[in-house]
Amino acid sequence: MTESTIKLAVTRYRPGQDREPTVQTYTVPYHDDWVVLDALQYVKDNIDGTLSFRWSCHMGVCGSCGMMVDGTPKLTCAAFLRESYPREVRVEPLANFPVVRDLIVDIDDFMHKLSEVKPYIIREDLDSLPLGLGHELRQTPAELEDFKQFGMCINCMLCYSACPVYAMEPKFLGPAAIALAHRYNMDSRDQGRNQRMPVIGSSEGIWECTFVGECSVVCPKHVDPAAAIQRTKLATTNDWFKSMLMPWGNR
Amino acid sequence: MDVIKHDVLIVGGGLAGLRAAIAAAVEGVSVGLVSKVYPMRSHTVSAEGGAAAVVRTDTGDSLQLHFEDTIKGSDFLADQNVAEYFVQEAANELIQMEHWGCPWSREPDGSVAVRAFGGMSVHRTMFASDKSGFHMLHAIFQTSLKYDKIVRYDENFVTSLLVDDGRCQGVVAMDQRSGEFRLFTAKATILATGGCGRLWAFTTNGFINTGDGHGLAYRAGAPLSDMEFPQYHPTGLPGTGILITEAARGEGGYLVNKNGDRFLSDYIPSRMELGPRDIISRAEITEMEAGRGVPGRYGDTVMLDLRHLGDELINRKLPFVRELAERYIGIDPVHNPIPVRPVVHYMMGGVRTDIDGQSPLPGLFACGEAAQEGLNGANRLGSNSLTECLVFGARTGRVAARLAAQTPEASAAAIEALGADEEARIAARFGEATGDERVGQIRSDLQLTMERLVGVYRTGDSLKQAAEELRTLKERFTRVRVDDHTRVFNMELQAALEVDFMLEIAETVVAPSILREESRGSQARRDFTDRDDEKFLVHSLAYRTENGPQIEWQPVILTTESLTALPPAERKY
Ligand SMILES: Cc1cc2nc3c(=O)[nH]c(=O)nc-3n(C[C@H](O)[C@H](O)[C@H](O)COP(=O)(O)OP(=O)(O)OC[C@H]3O[C@@H](n4cnc5c(N)ncnc54)[C@H](O)[C@@H]3O)c2cc1C
Ligand code: SF4
Ligand code: FES
Repeated sequence: MTESTIKLAVTRYRPGQDREPTVQTYTVPYHDDWVVLDALQYVKDNIDGTLSFRWSCHMGVCGSCGMMVDGTPKLTCAAFLRESYPREVRVEPLANFPVVRDLIVDIDDFMHKLSEVKPYIIREDLDSLPLGLGHELRQTPAELEDFKQFGMCINCMLCYSACPVYAMEPKFLGPAAIALAHRYNMDSRDQGRNQRMPVIGSSEGIWECTFVGECSVVCPKHVDPAAAIQRTKLATTNDWFKSMLMPWGNR
Repeated sequence: MDVIKHDVLIVGGGLAGLRAAIAAAVEGVSVGLVSKVYPMRSHTVSAEGGAAAVVRTDTGDSLQLHFEDTIKGSDFLADQNVAEYFVQEAANELIQMEHWGCPWSREPDGSVAVRAFGGMSVHRTMFASDKSGFHMLHAIFQTSLKYDKIVRYDENFVTSLLVDDGRCQGVVAMDQRSGEFRLFTAKATILATGGCGRLWAFTTNGFINTGDGHGLAYRAGAPLSDMEFPQYHPTGLPGTGILITEAARGEGGYLVNKNGDRFLSDYIPSRMELGPRDIISRAEITEMEAGRGVPGRYGDTVMLDLRHLGDELINRKLPFVRELAERYIGIDPVHNPIPVRPVVHYMMGGVRTDIDGQSPLPGLFACGEAAQEGLNGANRLGSNSLTECLVFGARTGRVAARLAAQTPEASAAAIEALGADEEARIAARFGEATGDERVGQIRSDLQLTMERLVGVYRTGDSLKQAAEELRTLKERFTRVRVDDHTRVFNMELQAALEVDFMLEIAETVVAPSILREESRGSQARRDFTDRDDEKFLVHSLAYRTENGPQIEWQPVILTTESLTALPPAERKY
């Protein structure tokens, strides 16, 4: 019995060598339990050592391996060849990001935005809280539920890749950064909302987000960034009204 | 070559590296954090089950109990003063993580919840559902963003340590984005590079867990210790090696053989599924060898049965287990048992350090999984290592910062010359390498050798065979070729440098395994089935020589300061 095979059509781009991206096709063994990432690593180990891409965990949690698979942003360690077989699989770098090389994109922009939204607990007494047995800040399971979902983000960038607003307006903070800001705003232990809201409310793009919800559709971790954006908008509007009515209050 | 200066330089952006970075920053020194992946991609992210500390006493818990469980779990090879400090600091660190936003699972009254874990005699493992490592890593990484003293160099691959004048003075790293080599000088350098599970074919470890830090230290002359003790976790998914967390058993899951029997009653009846990992992994292999395994596509397995837990509990406490089993093997644990088998998971051994994380090479520190500071001995207890990263990460960061504050700057000229040498070495070795061997092929042959010959059960013969095969692999590696000549993100070159480390570290696993003629913790010798405290109540130390590792031995520390020490005794559960 001959082994079944499948074709991968992979975008190649090597700075200094290629003027523009090209497509290279590889034929690899087909296994029904292989993911796209397994096929890429097979290429690298056996056919072409020059193909570059990022990965680590192979279990959908490190967020390294996002690529366009047949035109949709996916984690390649969770996208099975059997979803395309016997058709060829098209593998491209994530859309909406500058390509550094082959399947590797530049996510510096997100890393900056992540810092800007102050994604950490802010409270005045933080560094003087006692530690150890019995000194946790109390938080009920219900309070935990309020933000938990928005804290499931693995920074995989699939949502940015799917986002029509980010495609047009690179200054847009974007789904994951806003979801994370919302995560901390909703955390009962946090008091930093007033410091985060100006960054978010004034940010380019948030008002252009029309709740298309593409981000939530592609998110592999069900973070639902679209919901975070809508709630943030609502909260920002409320803040704005409050500041109009009580110009000196709550500042 | 660009030279970047910091007081403290940390290699590794996982839980241990980030904890050390924050501790050093709080001391007021300048901190450089170099990592070959973005910190939140570090393999800490995959930890599922939780982190242990005495954070409740209504369970009957106490520091003495956590201490004794750890020592007994280690098969008495842990340094008792180190385990003592560990249990004393554990709760401080986990509550610190709580204040830093980690979404720990809670009791109805808002206090932190704890769950059962293997080898822990009471419930003491804090958890964030079954994504504890993910939540801890993101919480600490995001918290680290507020410290201006910490400067990150993401996606920089460290190729060697700078050793001048008998001191470690920093590192040489390749910036993947540009392909350029840069010098990072520091008064104290901390390796927090994680584990080396990728030495084996079947592992829960990520692709990046190639043990670079072990290799860096070893080449610089620091000893690697207790490398004969890799941990085999009893429940890996066949094929991929993806971990099904021990919390699945902590929450009440059963291990059964092909007859549906809970076979652990023949091995560890007092603890059953909550026994330590070394004992359960051996029991599984024994069951399979006796023909009671369940045959499958990737060989025999046993079965992890969660059905009786019900979907409400599984969804609430083990949602990731359900997601992983459904996605990767098409089994919904609510309705069917999960096939599992022992899988390489954690490295007890590492760069030998004292309780401060200081290695015998002045200026060089290590913490986290890369270090052998004395906590884990011959078998670490599940959920002790996330806490270990925090407790010793923090202490090491603090001590390194204080040392740095008193250390004068090194001579720049000497160091720059070392950097130029390193770049030239790599260019000469791999730049024009056009042999007939592929990096990926050698890596996979190495992994198969380790899998076949350095497994749960070993013999002197299997280990000697492994040593022989490693020699052949090293010889083949001299003929490796690197086709990629693009500077930007040359992942083939990086892989070659990793495999170069791996081939050396593999020898530091095999050599002491041969010499340790006893069975203790995760080392089970069929030819020496008993523990031998007369001869082997000692840590191994592997030093690099031209002819491979030279092994020395160092006594285990059996004394404590305030808790009651536990004299070595038969390990009975
Ligand atoms: C699947 C899984 C589940 C686990 N579950 C648990 C659990 O429930 N409880 C528990 O206590 N423990 C658990 N463990 C063990 C625990 O997660 C690890 O021991 C721990 O996270 C290691 O953290 P670390 O900071 O030492 O290393 P890592 O998180 O692995 O980080 C290593 C860092 O070093 C960097 N690095 C490595 N080499 C280089 C180089 N050459 N140049 C530059 N940077 C480099 C990497 O980029 C990375 O940032 C689990 C482990 C696995 C694999
Ligand atoms: S919100 Fe979802 S899609 Fe976006 S980065 Fe986070 S995990 Fe990925
Ligand atoms: S490799 Fe980690 S998410 Fe795919």
